[in-house]
Amino acid sequence: MTMPFGYVSPEQVMKDRADYARKGIARGRSVVVIAYDGGILFVAENLSRALHKVSEIYDRIAFAAVGKYNEFENLRMAGVRYADLRGYSYDRQDVTGRGLANVFAQTLGTIFTVESKPYEVEIVIAEVGETADDDQIYRLTYDGSVADEHGFVAMGGSGEAITTSLQERYRDGMPLQEALTTAVELLGRDPATGEQRSLTATQLEVAVLERGRPRRKFRRLSAATLAGLLGQPLESLGQPPRPDERESAPPTTLAGGSHEPPGPDSGSSEGE
Amino acid sequence: MTQHTGPGRLPAAYLTPGSASFAEFLGEHAPELLPGRRTPPVTALTTEAPHGTTIVALTFPGGVVMAGDRRATMGNYIAQRDIEKVFHADEYSCVGIAGAAGIAIEMVRLFQVELEHYEKIEGATLSLEGKANRLALMIRGNLGMAMQGMAVVPLFAGYDLDATDLALAGRLFSYDVTGGRYEEQKFHSVGSGSLFARGALKKLWRDDFSAEDAALCAVQSLYDAADEDSATGGPDLTRRIFPVVSTVTSDGYRRLSDDEVGAVVDSVVAARMESPGGPQAPLR
Repeated sequence: MTMPFGYVSPEQVMKDRADYARKGIARGRSVVVIAYDGGILFVAENLSRALHKVSEIYDRIAFAAVGKYNEFENLRMAGVRYADLRGYSYDRQDVTGRGLANVFAQTLGTIFTVESKPYEVEIVIAEVGETADDDQIYRLTYDGSVADEHGFVAMGGSGEAITTSLQERYRDGMPLQEALTTAVELLGRDPATGEQRSLTATQLEVAVLERGRPRRKFRRLSAATLAGLLGQPLESLGQPPRPDERESAPPTTLAGGSHEPPGPDSGSSEGE
Repeated sequence: MTQHTGPGRLPAAYLTPGSASFAEFLGEHAPELLPGRRTPPVTALTTEAPHGTTIVALTFPGGVVMAGDRRATMGNYIAQRDIEKVFHADEYSCVGIAGAAGIAIEMVRLFQVELEHYEKIEGATLSLEGKANRLALMIRGNLGMAMQGMAVVPLFAGYDLDATDLALAGRLFSYDVTGGRYEEQKFHSVGSGSLFARGALKKLWRDDFSAEDAALCAVQSLYDAADEDSATGGPDLTRRIFPVVSTVTSDGYRRLSDDEVGAVVDSVVAARMESPGGPQAPLR
């Protein structure tokens, strides 16, 4: 790394890095995280079916990110490895969103100060609890700051505009459909011009952490399910749903761990 | 770019793309947690670690059934009367274990995390053959301990989502201590009582079982194994401890409830009151 001629104050260096990271994040599409009555909802505008912005980390924990894909993808993998290692060497219950957020904060903070280029990412770690009061949403920024958020987080290019709107429209205990339609509407709104796009199910990546599911709470909502919730006709999907897009997993028994008896509707993907 | 090492951050191994294997990650980062990485004892330990078992598995049109007894023995002592030896590996597969109980359960636990880890990292589940191969690798890693008497011999079964003929979607795989992997047809059994269970399965199995028939067949064969092998436990009617019976179908893994297995066991025992050797097979 070549040093610029003359003296540059540390404040300036840090400010330059912060600006660089913020610009990188502001270029990208946004992601909205909203708590609803049954858990936590993640909505992203994402045209790719292979590259995900929202992913499962552990039984109750999910990861959502904006910014540079390969950077947040590395962090996602690190999070999965950290969680599986902790759950394996201790117990599955000992993996917490807070612990994960801490580890990410340390890593991001060190990268920001030590590396020649900060990670251009903003991340949410969310953990769904037994009740809505136990839900946790952590927002981590490029410099390793952690914020404990309540109710909703919006990140990315339109993040600030969406946050302002959600401050008026959010309330605790919204049903899933209302949370989803609100998020989709705000994602489709251009903050600069106010132009409203109507995002279709195939342009969205949506997932939930559902309180009521056994063990693994994370579930992606297929395009067909989304079309139903958004009131869009199935024909608009333009492609048949892939047969391997299984949404739900039946309850499971863990070796040496707690046994969950099979429920009456295990394996069913009805009833969002 | 400077090296990704030093205090205050996750080590580089966490952030490196490439491997979706949890066991390999452990091997690099925390090898002491791997089941196979122990120093084998100098003398064999056959009488001091719990082992002895029967696990049976059979295919039926639409899936597989796997069942295992509940007894763990140490020499002539019953170490545990309700140990579980059949587990889900993931949504569409299950594994039953015979051999040294402690190591076997640890291996199953690692296998479960391995499969789930792959799914989370890659965003797609492994094929059934891929899962069977991962298990073979784990068994291979345990060869040192196996030679000293602490062998783990699993039986792996699953529902193959890629199967073209749904009637043949249920598949079975057996293993030997070197990690060799063998696909089995129709039915199979492992453990100290497996010879007797296989004899019963040979006479009882048909290719048109329903899931209920297959479960009944499994319970019958376990009963016969317990009848001949002291290290295999029969149903404990006083304490209502029954074999673990699980099915894997297109709906996924499901362990039958105690009530369901209890009903099957009660009917088997009642019939055995009349005919202790079990249902008689025609001579011709």
